[in-house]
Amino acid sequence: MKLELQGITKVFGPLVANDHIDLVVEPGEIHALLGENGAGKSTLMNVLYGLYDPDDGQILLDDKPVTFEGPGDAVRAGIGMVHQHFMLVPVFTVAESVALGYEPAGPGGILDLGAARRKVEEISERFGFHVDPDALIEELPVGVQQRVEIIKALSRDARILILDEPTAVLTPQETDELIKIMGELKAAGTSIVFITHKLREVRAIADRITVIRRGKVVGEASPESTETELASLMVGRSVNLAVDKTPAELRDNELVVSDLTVLSGSTPVVDRVSFSVQGGEILAIAGVQGNGQTELAEVILGIDEAAAGSVTLDGKELLGMSVRERLRAGIGFVPEDRSTDGVVSSFSIAENLILDLYDTEPFARGVSMNLGKVAENAEFRTQEFDVRLTDIQDPISTLSGGNAQKVVLAREMSRPLRLLVASQPTRGLDVGSIEFVHKRIVAERDNGTPVVIVSTELDEVLALADRVAVMYRGRIVGIVDAREAGPAGINRDVLGLMMAGVPLEDAVQQAAGHQSTLASADAAADGKDLT
Amino acid sequence: MSTPIVPVTAGTPVDDVPASGAVLGKISYRIPITYAVLAGAALLGLVGTMIGREGAWSQTTEFQSRYGDQWFTIPNFSVPSLLTVILLTVALLAAAVYGYLLTSGRKAVPVWLHIVVGVAFVLAFLTWAGAGKSAVIPVTSLLAGALALSVPLIFGAMSGIVCERSGIINIAIEGQLLFGAFAAAVVASLATAPYLGLVAAPIAGALIGALLAWFAVSYHVNQIIIGVVLNTLVLGLTSFFFSTLLADNSATWNARQPLGVIEIPLLSQIPIVGPVLFRQTILVYLMYATVILLQIMLFRSRWGLRTRAVGEHPKAADTVGIHVNKRRVWNTILGGAIAGLGGAFFTIGSGLAFGREMSAGNGFIALAAMILGKWNPTGALVAALLFGFSKNLGNVLSTIGSPMPSQILLMLPYVITIFAVAGLVGRVRAPAAEGIPYTK
Amino acid sequence: MTESTTPAPEPTPAATSPAPEEDPRSGAAILRKIVGGDVVISFLAIIIALVIGGVLIAFADEDVADTITYVFARPTDFLGAAWTAVSDAYIAMFRGAIFDFQADTFNRAVRPITESMTFATPLILAALGVAVGFRAGLFNIGAQGQIILGGIIAAYIGFAFSLPPVLHLFLAILGGALGGALWGFIPGILKARTGANEVIVTIMLNWIAVYLIAYVLTLGKFNASGTGLRSPQVGPNAAYPPLIPDFLVPGNTFRLHWGFVVAILATVFVWWLLERSTIGFEIRAAGANPHAARTAGMSVGRITVLTLVIAGALAGLAATSQVLIDRGSLTAGVAATYGFDAITVALLGRSRPLGTFLAGLLFGALQAGGTLMQSVTSTPIDIVFVVQSVIVLLIAAPPLVRAIFRLPDPDAPPKRARAAAKEAAA
Repeated sequence: MKLELQGITKVFGPLVANDHIDLVVEPGEIHALLGENGAGKSTLMNVLYGLYDPDDGQILLDDKPVTFEGPGDAVRAGIGMVHQHFMLVPVFTVAESVALGYEPAGPGGILDLGAARRKVEEISERFGFHVDPDALIEELPVGVQQRVEIIKALSRDARILILDEPTAVLTPQETDELIKIMGELKAAGTSIVFITHKLREVRAIADRITVIRRGKVVGEASPESTETELASLMVGRSVNLAVDKTPAELRDNELVVSDLTVLSGSTPVVDRVSFSVQGGEILAIAGVQGNGQTELAEVILGIDEAAAGSVTLDGKELLGMSVRERLRAGIGFVPEDRSTDGVVSSFSIAENLILDLYDTEPFARGVSMNLGKVAENAEFRTQEFDVRLTDIQDPISTLSGGNAQKVVLAREMSRPLRLLVASQPTRGLDVGSIEFVHKRIVAERDNGTPVVIVSTELDEVLALADRVAVMYRGRIVGIVDAREAGPAGINRDVLGLMMAGVPLEDAVQQAAGHQSTLASADAAADGKDLT
Repeated sequence: MSTPIVPVTAGTPVDDVPASGAVLGKISYRIPITYAVLAGAALLGLVGTMIGREGAWSQTTEFQSRYGDQWFTIPNFSVPSLLTVILLTVALLAAAVYGYLLTSGRKAVPVWLHIVVGVAFVLAFLTWAGAGKSAVIPVTSLLAGALALSVPLIFGAMSGIVCERSGIINIAIEGQLLFGAFAAAVVASLATAPYLGLVAAPIAGALIGALLAWFAVSYHVNQIIIGVVLNTLVLGLTSFFFSTLLADNSATWNARQPLGVIEIPLLSQIPIVGPVLFRQTILVYLMYATVILLQIMLFRSRWGLRTRAVGEHPKAADTVGIHVNKRRVWNTILGGAIAGLGGAFFTIGSGLAFGREMSAGNGFIALAAMILGKWNPTGALVAALLFGFSKNLGNVLSTIGSPMPSQILLMLPYVITIFAVAGLVGRVRAPAAEGIPYTK
Repeated sequence: MTESTTPAPEPTPAATSPAPEEDPRSGAAILRKIVGGDVVISFLAIIIALVIGGVLIAFADEDVADTITYVFARPTDFLGAAWTAVSDAYIAMFRGAIFDFQADTFNRAVRPITESMTFATPLILAALGVAVGFRAGLFNIGAQGQIILGGIIAAYIGFAFSLPPVLHLFLAILGGALGGALWGFIPGILKARTGANEVIVTIMLNWIAVYLIAYVLTLGKFNASGTGLRSPQVGPNAAYPPLIPDFLVPGNTFRLHWGFVVAILATVFVWWLLERSTIGFEIRAAGANPHAARTAGMSVGRITVLTLVIAGALAGLAATSQVLIDRGSLTAGVAATYGFDAITVALLGRSRPLGTFLAGLLFGALQAGGTLMQSVTSTPIDIVFVVQSVIVLLIAAPPLVRAIFRLPDPDAPPKRARAAAKEAAA
């Protein structure tokens, strides 16, 4: 099916999220929509899927204009969408999830779950998905959940499939599988719109690339373009993709984690993990989302409780201390989910800047707070961290994601640190903010602070880390020195295999024998860049 | 058609099974501790207070199961009080020990043990209370009264489930019960037809449900706030009319119009439970039907699947073309109707005229029953029955006279509910999107 | 929706279109803010509620009912009867709540306003407790039980001991606060330790308190009269002195006492606590986002317990204004419906201390007025519940009030400018 968007405009209050966007997707084409976080990609796709009503413009399917009152209309017209945050009910089974909204039912509306199950099995078999129709969604790994989403779309005969940042939660190997699936769907005549901000992916996968920036189409590109070209098109200026950093100068102060175990119910989510980080180096914890990294970070701060093991900072045992005592001991903590754990969105920017310092001098004397000092601090910190705002007394919810993250960082770095733990420090940020955050983290390391970064983005891991620990199902599969990273030693493929649980030596061997699609694309592109 | 894709765990993953020496979680001894508390209470409070009594060993407790006319009845029987109490206490202690052993061995405590402990404690308590008394313990009427007290609670809890499963918190159950009771009484009285009251009650409840849904969905007002305020509104309205119209001309506006008792042949002849369950008004049979239907529909029907989806992950429901807010509005109206029907039990269902503040906090207890029942119809049914039973136990014992002050006995159901909320159930999982207005 | 948060390239309509965005400081914008703002909404909500109350009064009035039978023949009779019923009721309410213009002495004429303040005292205190809970994200429905417990202890200290002036009152007040705090501590510790839902636990504790006070009134010292209905009177030193002293007015009939000053002090204290203290910072943070509060090193469990203890103590203070008065004693009805009304008061006051204080005064006035209305007209005081709840419902939904009166939304840009922006963008 041919899809055409003409002059789509979507306005939220003062913000123009989509500004007269034109886009043509030919039948059986994989069309990448490239743009950085906040460029308006998801808004555009939500318009296409009937979730938002466009303020202007029209949608044509096979050259016929259509209007969608809601997602139901879009689905009926043959559009399927796999959202970045999966639209699956955690307590449902796979069959129930696929059936939802289009339930096969008998008299009295009693569900025919047998039919739903058969449908899942049929599609699952056709594309080799290996999905059990009776499994509970919440017990499935994200990679499988994504397949359920694709089954959902296919079960409704989607002929245009929108994939919104589909690789964000996958290992490189899983990404390969997804690419294979996309190839098969394409061969079967399905058009695919593939939304991403990752440059390497579009080059490996897309037939055509449309780049949008700040709500506008800024150009089309072919998959043969170099990463640098795409990046400058996407960001609007030339960007330095690498992080400048000098070799690590190790100090004596260190964080030592040994045999640390965290339980969820009776299953270990962090399973006998040991590592150490010295002052002046960055250890990145890599791995696919949900393999225990979150819990590991939280147990270091004391939000989660450890069942066994020890965590010592400069020789002092942290376990048994309250979160407050640990913060006082010099831990800086950037939580993974900023809006849930990092800020209180109804509080002012000034209040958020003292969220974990509110009862210390000079902000409080006894139980009485000094609001003057709080405001003074806010003025100073927001300038230091280049937070763009109108008034420090505005609620922090008025800030963009990047600026809110700067507030969190500014707060955590506003006291002398003995350890910095940052989880997904740049998730959802635009390139400018990413560069800023990376710089500040490296600066903290150069100050002699041990730094632990948890990231699911291999790009980020490779850019920041001095050493990389890969976690899989609560265990550390291996720790590698990032300086050895390169085509010959520890590369993207090796880390990817480790993220799927393959031990280091095996991973090196396997990677030598087989290169992933993305890595091959890299190699090809690297060759081209040289010429 | 294509080559199957390799499973996600490519290569040779590290061992998945935790090796020996794996760390195990802390054991929660909540259940055996609760058992032990009950056993201790029986030992000190019951055995302890009896054993010193003069002639304690010769005292007996008499139980009665006769209730209305039946083809055959079990005659009254007596048990030696102290001996029975001691034996039951020993059973409780044994259950506590068994529960401890199970828990420390990381095994789940079976449901039957809960039932055994509950029954043993209640029996011990009854035997203790009736020891040496000329009055008999009326087992069947105790149960019948318990059911009667539970009916509005069960309707209320079902109402809560229908609303909350779709993501709307219904604190207004209390108001819906009261308005249902009011509408049933007034309409039945005006029309001198109790069955018309049965039609009016759900409509009145639905009206309150509609108000709740309107404010919650259209204006995004905090649902707990609207619920609390609607309760006050209904209380004010019904009390106002009660002291004006209804008081001025009670023969027309507020005459008693009881629903007739319908006896189910054969089933009502079963000893003890027969007359309790099957010699009832149509309202009680409707209650059975509501629970059964809801249990089936919630988990097996299209309506149920969509309702749960809307309550757990409304955005996901929206993306498959389900109208989230429409579903929530209709469910809240339906829930209101169910609670309204339950309210009819206070007036036409019990053969009483309407009285000020008749619902007497039942709506809130229904809410507790719903939470204790983990938002499941059968679970809420059990919780509501438990509450009704403990309440009626207090009533019965305070009339036949027990060694405990009646005020303390009447406190019992509320104490038990707190125990249950804090002790046995602990952190329960509510529908994930409960109370959060849905906007795109 | 991270996608939608990026600032877009600014299409400045001001530069390109003849109808630029209005200057927010312009007269029209200010007027719109006032007309659409909180104060006006609250005022209009009260008007609507009184109108609805009026309809009910007319509906239930017997004279009106008589005229309705021939409403089409002589509609003026019907309207006249309705007008009489409603205006009589509301005039009585005004006379009972604010100023009695029919009174023969000045003292009697101004007495109603002091009565309103007397009624408002326990409402304000208990509502402050509920409001503190709301700010911490806790639905404390238990003010009723907390008042009862506060009443039991305050009364006991009041009648069982004989102590010097000031000290006796002080200790009795403290006892009341402690009693309420104890009844707040229970749901607090249960929620912190086991996660037990505070709504359920506080409701159950209300009932337990009802039976507890009935039991306590049958016990030894409390039951000196032997009826089990009323405790002995509190000692004269344990009673709040009248706020308007006898030497100022001859024939003093004013009931208003120093409890009202306690309510004012409590309001100021709660304001300081919430807005200027570290405890308040914690309470607000835990209420708005408990996850972030925990990550920032706050102990949410401790905050929960502390909040409910403070809330309970405030409700306990409410009891002192009922028990520790001239010839005051403890009865089972000590809490009346103050605990439940307090929830509505706190909601109306939007959980802000000053708002709660004003809302308490309003509800106190409605109570005082309703009492007189009930005695001089046929309208029962229950109408006050209806008026109160309609006010709160409407205030919670400003768009509804604006729709009823066709008022502009102060937050939305004016239509003209929005259309211009669209044009400019095109």
